[in-house]
Amino acid sequence: MGVITDNLDLWAEALQGTLVLFFGGGLIALVLGLVVGAMRVSPIPIARSVGAVYVNWIRNTPLTLVMFFFAFCVPILLRERIDPIVLPTIALGVYTATYVAETIRSGINTVPVGQAEAARAIGLTFGQVMTLVVLPQASRSVIPPMMSVFIALLKNTTVAAGFSVLNLGSVRSWLAEPPRSENQLVVLLWVMVIFIVLVLLLAWLQRVMERKWRIAR
Amino acid sequence: MSSSVLYDVPGPRAIARNRILGIVTVALVLAIGAWVIWRFAETGQFSADKWEIFTYGTVWMRILDGAIATLSAFVVAAVGALVLGFILAIGRLSDRAWIRIPVGWITEVLRAIPVLIFMMLLYYGLPVVGIKMEPYWAVVIALVAYNGSVLAEVIRAGVESLPRGQSEAGYAIGLRKSGVLRLILLPQAIRAMMPVIVAQLVVTLKDTALGFIITYKELLYVIKLLGSNAEFHSPLIQTALVGGTIYVAMCLALSYVAYRVEQRTKRRQRALAGTASTHHPVGETTDTELIALQKGAGKYDSHGL
Repeated sequence: MGVITDNLDLWAEALQGTLVLFFGGGLIALVLGLVVGAMRVSPIPIARSVGAVYVNWIRNTPLTLVMFFFAFCVPILLRERIDPIVLPTIALGVYTATYVAETIRSGINTVPVGQAEAARAIGLTFGQVMTLVVLPQASRSVIPPMMSVFIALLKNTTVAAGFSVLNLGSVRSWLAEPPRSENQLVVLLWVMVIFIVLVLLLAWLQRVMERKWRIAR
Repeated sequence: MSSSVLYDVPGPRAIARNRILGIVTVALVLAIGAWVIWRFAETGQFSADKWEIFTYGTVWMRILDGAIATLSAFVVAAVGALVLGFILAIGRLSDRAWIRIPVGWITEVLRAIPVLIFMMLLYYGLPVVGIKMEPYWAVVIALVAYNGSVLAEVIRAGVESLPRGQSEAGYAIGLRKSGVLRLILLPQAIRAMMPVIVAQLVVTLKDTALGFIITYKELLYVIKLLGSNAEFHSPLIQTALVGGTIYVAMCLALSYVAYRVEQRTKRRQRALAGTASTHHPVGETTDTELIALQKGAGKYDSHGL
């Protein structure tokens, strides 16, 4: 326990870094993922293919490489210094957005065909079909897999440790050298415990929401 | 694409509107592309001396070494993850509570730990208690532990999604639990879950890039090293582009395998469903078979959507 209580300031800052990465990345991922997901089911062929290229490209790129591009290459291109946490957050958002988009798309696919057909039969437009009939039903079946996407995002925030962002993933290297040389094994075990607790928390939230939103179909 | 049920076949007005939106999309993509190219030109990324590094054979040999290091970690981790996945899945399907419950806990915990933290624990944490290992083994063991536990859940879900009649029939002809699992349940579960299993292997390949952070000398590490070489005017963006292309190509190749496997299983399922309905008219089947058939049919229907 001494590892935590002696360096409480650092752990608090690290936890804050992880939460900023998680919520910032999650927000970007949700917005971008919604747009890309909508593009992938839209009636516009070009938008569909742009969405498909984006999703297939980024999903087949390691997150470490995406972050590498954002954290190392973007500052060279912009010729500016940027707050170190901003670019990894954007990278997390861009990467997770592809999973959000695919989750939304498969959620839309779980809505029975008859629903959309009935909506079209009474003369609703594409926008109305989506907002009034399909999306409200899809959102229920989307929530459990969407929470899994966010659990993965939480674990992926640790990758930012490789790009000099203080978070729970990099707290080890901050506690490795004097004046704060702590037992590395103990530090990492504590990090593990924190992550297991956080993940279990999200999993519990997932179960609660799943039960609340379940529909008999 | 008229297969979508979300919208009608567009009429003249919708066609015109879709065209405008299409043009806007293209314009937006082109604008982003043009901006990137402009920034490239502005910061001199197109100049010859930035790309000079790729004219040397030894540089390509080092990139090749990095790619081989990535692939060797991936192959060992993939095989290990499959083995561990089977062991954990069988453990979790056990009838004995003293095996089932601890194995369940191990699987859950391994899944909850970020892979990178596990790698760090092996590489930076274990030397404290006197266990030292190469970064290669830290990468491989962490990947095996994480992906093995995920695959265990996949295989278990595959077994549990099978109709009950399958194992009942197995017990009825006198097989023991091990026989039922080995001869009847696992082969079917693996076939049904093949696309998911290959997709998880793609994740394994992607996650080898985490080795970069614990100084395993894989492809990304080589990219960074070559990219910060001042002798060649630190061509970081150039090496990242080349290395990134290699990564994406490797993952796309594996994803393509997953796609092909999925297509093949879909076709086979359709063929099976087809023969089942023609060769077993309702009158000739036993009740058990009928139930199994209906259960199977329902499952495939929801898959087909």
